[in-house]
Amino acid sequence: MDIDSIKPVILWTDILIWLLVISLSTFLFTLRKNPESRAQWRQVFSSRLGMVTFIVIMSYIVLALIDSLHFRKVLPPTAGQDANTVYYSNTVNSVLDVLLGEMSERKERSYSAPFSLKSFTKENMNDAEGVLYRGYPDLHHAGSHLTDKTQHKSDLLLQSLIGIAKGLIAGLLLCLPFRLASKQSELPLFTGVVTVLIVCAILGWMIHVGNLYHVLGTDRAGNDTLYDSIKGIRTGVLIGTLSTLIMMPIAIILGICSGYFKGWVDDGVQYIYITLSSIPGILLIAAAILQFQVFINLNPGFFEVGLEKADARFLGLCFILGITSWAGLCRLLRAETLKISQLPYVQAAHAFGVSHIRIIRQHILPNVMHIILITFVLDFSGLVLAEAVLSYIGVGVDSTMPSWGNMINLARSELSQEPVVWWNLLGAFFFMFTLVLAANLFSDLVSEAFNPKNRQER
Amino acid sequence: MFAYIVRRLFYTIPILIGVNLITFFLFFVVNSPADVARAHLGEKYVTQQAIDNWVAEKGYDRPLMFNSHAPGTDKITDTIFFQKSLGLFTFDFGQADDGRDITTDVLTRMGPSLALAVPSFIIGIWVNICVALVVVMFRCTQLDKAAVALFVSLMSISGLFYIIGGQYLVATVWRLVPISGFEPGWMAWKFLVLPVVIGVVSGIGLGARWYRTLFLEAADQDFARTARAKGVSELGVLFRHVLPNAMLPILTGVVVVIPALFMGSLLMEAFFGIPGLGSYMLDAIRAQDFAIVRTMVFVGSVLYIFGLILTDISYTLADPRVRLN
Repeated sequence: MDIDSIKPVILWTDILIWLLVISLSTFLFTLRKNPESRAQWRQVFSSRLGMVTFIVIMSYIVLALIDSLHFRKVLPPTAGQDANTVYYSNTVNSVLDVLLGEMSERKERSYSAPFSLKSFTKENMNDAEGVLYRGYPDLHHAGSHLTDKTQHKSDLLLQSLIGIAKGLIAGLLLCLPFRLASKQSELPLFTGVVTVLIVCAILGWMIHVGNLYHVLGTDRAGNDTLYDSIKGIRTGVLIGTLSTLIMMPIAIILGICSGYFKGWVDDGVQYIYITLSSIPGILLIAAAILQFQVFINLNPGFFEVGLEKADARFLGLCFILGITSWAGLCRLLRAETLKISQLPYVQAAHAFGVSHIRIIRQHILPNVMHIILITFVLDFSGLVLAEAVLSYIGVGVDSTMPSWGNMINLARSELSQEPVVWWNLLGAFFFMFTLVLAANLFSDLVSEAFNPKNRQER
Repeated sequence: MFAYIVRRLFYTIPILIGVNLITFFLFFVVNSPADVARAHLGEKYVTQQAIDNWVAEKGYDRPLMFNSHAPGTDKITDTIFFQKSLGLFTFDFGQADDGRDITTDVLTRMGPSLALAVPSFIIGIWVNICVALVVVMFRCTQLDKAAVALFVSLMSISGLFYIIGGQYLVATVWRLVPISGFEPGWMAWKFLVLPVVIGVVSGIGLGARWYRTLFLEAADQDFARTARAKGVSELGVLFRHVLPNAMLPILTGVVVVIPALFMGSLLMEAFFGIPGLGSYMLDAIRAQDFAIVRTMVFVGSVLYIFGLILTDISYTLADPRVRLN
């Protein structure tokens, strides 16, 4: 694609997620020098489960990241258009769309079953002699490369093998540098390589076959379910990470200050978090999102394309989710700081006249770091699940935004239809379950490794 | 203890005022009542007159916090904040957008909510504790590992799937119970069985895993070992020694949600068509009826704070070492 023909679109959430990734990786890089945290991370990754779940989560995050690079394509010039003006398309694409090939543009009329060549619903059609009859019309974009429709199954098998092979080659290329770099290691690298290969094979298969057939069928509006599910990854990952990220600075500052300074600061902070946590979370979220939506609708001038509106609402949702889950971390940090500030080394620092800010930075913050990390990984899966529920209630992400919650919401009555339409729910279920399960297992390992209670046992 | 409870009750007043300030800010400051009216009546094609009527009808045509035109104490009292937000303290909830009295609605809808929430809650805790105790009995075996793996998988499934899947399987395929609906009186049981079962099953993963860690901590302590040395059977150890000692952390998590049972479950009631407070909230959210949402925020906060006080009291009952002062 010509680089002049696109115009980058930078969304707020894009900036935030990239910032988060960059700052997290630099943070983890600086931790390399610290022998204790190295040992803790080694404990996490020395188990096969830790390795597998980490790779699964990372592949979700990578997909979310490349789905966070947005641009608008230039529209082909129409007749009578000034040569110097360029118009950009109103649909915003991402790098992931390019990677997925034509999956985004393969719209059908309505439902179709997975791998099917024909539509799921009957329509009025004319046969060769022009006689009207009712039948299942052929799909526009499924198996259109086939000359002989009877070869459907054998072609499916062949294309699957090609897709898996493509994925495996890409996976091998990806693993090669790591394999060469570290020959001897206590980490279960073989398991890691196998996981990467499996993930790559699945992805390769999805992309290759997904461009020829509708792997997970299509929904009521004729959109490819597999494509929607993959696009939902960004929403899920972002909501799980950004919500915690947004609330973290406030929780850290207030929690540590209330534990460290005590007195009226402590009273004030406790008052704030008891008040906030006494409001039923779902109502606070609903009220805030509804009010925010009113604000967005009344100020359409702020946004250039529809996606920016959806993005503003998404950011608001992350923010309010952060506020509702903020109190827990704050309370933990306060308790831990109360304990630490009684310890002799902090008292000694006081006696030497070290400033408060320096004591907090040098002595307290490093010692509560494990709490922050554990909260971050523990909250992740809960937030992904919460998104689905909120979208069902109608106060989640914008309905135009691809998300698993919106998919479930649209498909919630499909199981009671006759015949049953199950693939939309399956798509959302599979992608959400894999991510949440991996996150739950990984967070267990992390909290086990970083919890000081378990430290003596190692 | 009585003095302690009275003092705690006094502490709730500033918290409730804080809650009121937050809801007031959310509902009246972020968007002015006129903005809300415009969004409510249709965004672009609405006359100023219609907006003014709507605002006046709801009583939102006052200044927000300070009325400089009014005489005397009316400067404070004739404001939206005083009338609409502080009015909640007297349990004067006003009227919904469709003109119905919110207080009556809340009271009548509390029954169905409790009919669903109380059985789910009690059976859920009982099942979770039993499952956890069985798993703890087989600790450090393959069965324990498999059970933990199962718990983690169960808690990784969104609650929506439990409801949709359960409804499909039990009500649509097996046709054992009606899909949704409600009927007052004892005949309600056939509508309540499925939601209760689904509520219990969907909670097993998280609940049993949590209880397992609590019991494991207690099961390896000295008193348990002593009991085993005395020849107490493993079941006796678990029920007579481990369970009572794990009671305190269990109470922390359990008692605090008891008052919140009055609020009902949003998802369950919506899916199963039960006319409780959960579906009331959901309808209000969908219809953007802010008067109801504001009321429910207030009621929810009161119940939560009540739950906190109950938790403290239950500590003294469960653990004689704890004294409130």
